[in-house]
Amino acid sequence: MKKHSVLPGFGLTMGFTLLYLGLLVLIPLSMAFLKASSLSWDQFWHIVTAPRVLASYRLSFGASFAAALINAGFGLLVAWVLVRYSFPGRAIVDGLVDLPFALPTAVGGLALTATYAPTGWIGAKLAAVGIKAAYSPLGVVIALTFIGLPFVVRTVQPVLVDLEREVEEAAATLGANRLQTFRQIILPAVFPSVLTGFALAFARALGEYGSVVFISGNMPMRTEIVPLLIMTKLDQFDYAGATAIAVVMLVISFGLLFAINILQWLNARRLSAA
Amino acid sequence: MSSSTAVRTLAAARASSTTEPAFVRFGLLGVALAFLGLFLIVPVAVVFEQAFAKGGATYLAAVGEPEALAALRLTLITAAIVVPVNLVFGLAAAWAIAKFEFTGKSALITLIDLPFAVSPVISGMVFVLLFGARGLFGPWLDAHGLKIIFATPGIVIATMFVTLPLVARELIPLMHAHGTEEEEAAVSLGAGGWQTFFRVTLPNIKWGVLYGVILCNARAMGEFGAVSVVSGHIRGVTNTLPLHVEILYNEYNSAAAFAVASLLAALALVTLVAKRLVESKAHSGRNGLTASTGERKEQDEH
Repeated sequence: MKKHSVLPGFGLTMGFTLLYLGLLVLIPLSMAFLKASSLSWDQFWHIVTAPRVLASYRLSFGASFAAALINAGFGLLVAWVLVRYSFPGRAIVDGLVDLPFALPTAVGGLALTATYAPTGWIGAKLAAVGIKAAYSPLGVVIALTFIGLPFVVRTVQPVLVDLEREVEEAAATLGANRLQTFRQIILPAVFPSVLTGFALAFARALGEYGSVVFISGNMPMRTEIVPLLIMTKLDQFDYAGATAIAVVMLVISFGLLFAINILQWLNARRLSAA
Repeated sequence: MSSSTAVRTLAAARASSTTEPAFVRFGLLGVALAFLGLFLIVPVAVVFEQAFAKGGATYLAAVGEPEALAALRLTLITAAIVVPVNLVFGLAAAWAIAKFEFTGKSALITLIDLPFAVSPVISGMVFVLLFGARGLFGPWLDAHGLKIIFATPGIVIATMFVTLPLVARELIPLMHAHGTEEEEAAVSLGAGGWQTFFRVTLPNIKWGVLYGVILCNARAMGEFGAVSVVSGHIRGVTNTLPLHVEILYNEYNSAAAFAVASLLAALALVTLVAKRLVESKAHSGRNGLTASTGERKEQDEH
């Protein structure tokens, strides 16, 4: 398995790594599948396709997709502004982009709720024009946009930095206007990284719990996300029900992780080929 | 036309050909800042505004009450256990993965990433299935008078799971970039394994280690979903700071909730600043190393 090396410590470090991963990750996660397998297929299917569960899939997938899409567009814009323009406070703005990674999700949720509730700074203005932000599906999208914000910015930024200006100059010399250059030169170059960032933000949003539960209002059939439904079933000691839904989400999450790995591998290959 | 003006006109033409008209630039900048303002800056400002809305005395009372202090203590204890353990794991995993070639390496890296792909609620749930009263080891733990779920050990284990990838993910690419030449030289000169690690490897990666520790610590102190499942929310006993915030908020004690939340928000801002400082150090370290290996290669050729 291992190729020869003069360095010591492979057995020790690899042994510890595998032991730790086995005890802390593999055994616990396989418990979910083991527990779900105690259900018959009919029972399993009945649980994971109940109307309340289907409504929560619709909300979780729909809101995560919308939030990731918003982040794809605005994330590209923010990355562009940070890389190409100089303005006072740029370093601070650049640092703040990571805030959703550093801020505890519960605090993020509380902050967004206070801001977008009908009594909040922004919520009041939205309420005046008849838009209900907090305690509605829109609130879920807002929370998921917040937690997914850094992903697209941070995957696109290094690609924009590496982009060679000469190609843009050549395009301009050949008579392309700025919009044409953007659409035909810049966008194709950054698109794979935008897609990776989109997938990362989407995957993160699907599982998110802390920032959503405060702002969503948690109404069954309307603003209940899948992780909250799992939590509710756990609180009612319905472990079989919680596990069945969790297994559906785990399979989807692992599928996304696999897709993201392939995307990143393709990106890396493109970069090394260029 | 003098040659210097020609150069200047050329430079101006070059700049204008690869940038946008001023009004487009200001427009894009405005939209980008407005987006960040709506989603990041205003909400964080609101936390501090709400925290002090009822005055400094209310703030201090909320932060200083015994249950808040108990939550703070549990949060600190959790981080004090989780961060060192995951640091040791990160160092071991990075040593095995970055310094050796073996089959199945990318599968192992994916496995390390796995906790990031799992919803926090599911992360907590799997430990309830293992150690809860009706879990696999529940009866055995009960018979021996041990309690993991709805107690501190459960909180520590769930936090360990959630923060597992953070140090390892930072160190694997860093140690890989450093290569194995320096360690091989040390070993061939007779240094032992630990000596090589502490005197050759560690000085090279120290800023990366610190960077990983900062990220791991922030996540360990702030984790909410996974901890919420395994904690049982026993006030003063199994409440961490984020859980304490939730309880206060659900009791409509909003001023106190925001006061405690402001502590966590301040921690996040400190984390961002520390991260930025260490980031530049880690980078300059990396560049310094590539420069020195470049020199060495040149010397070898002579």
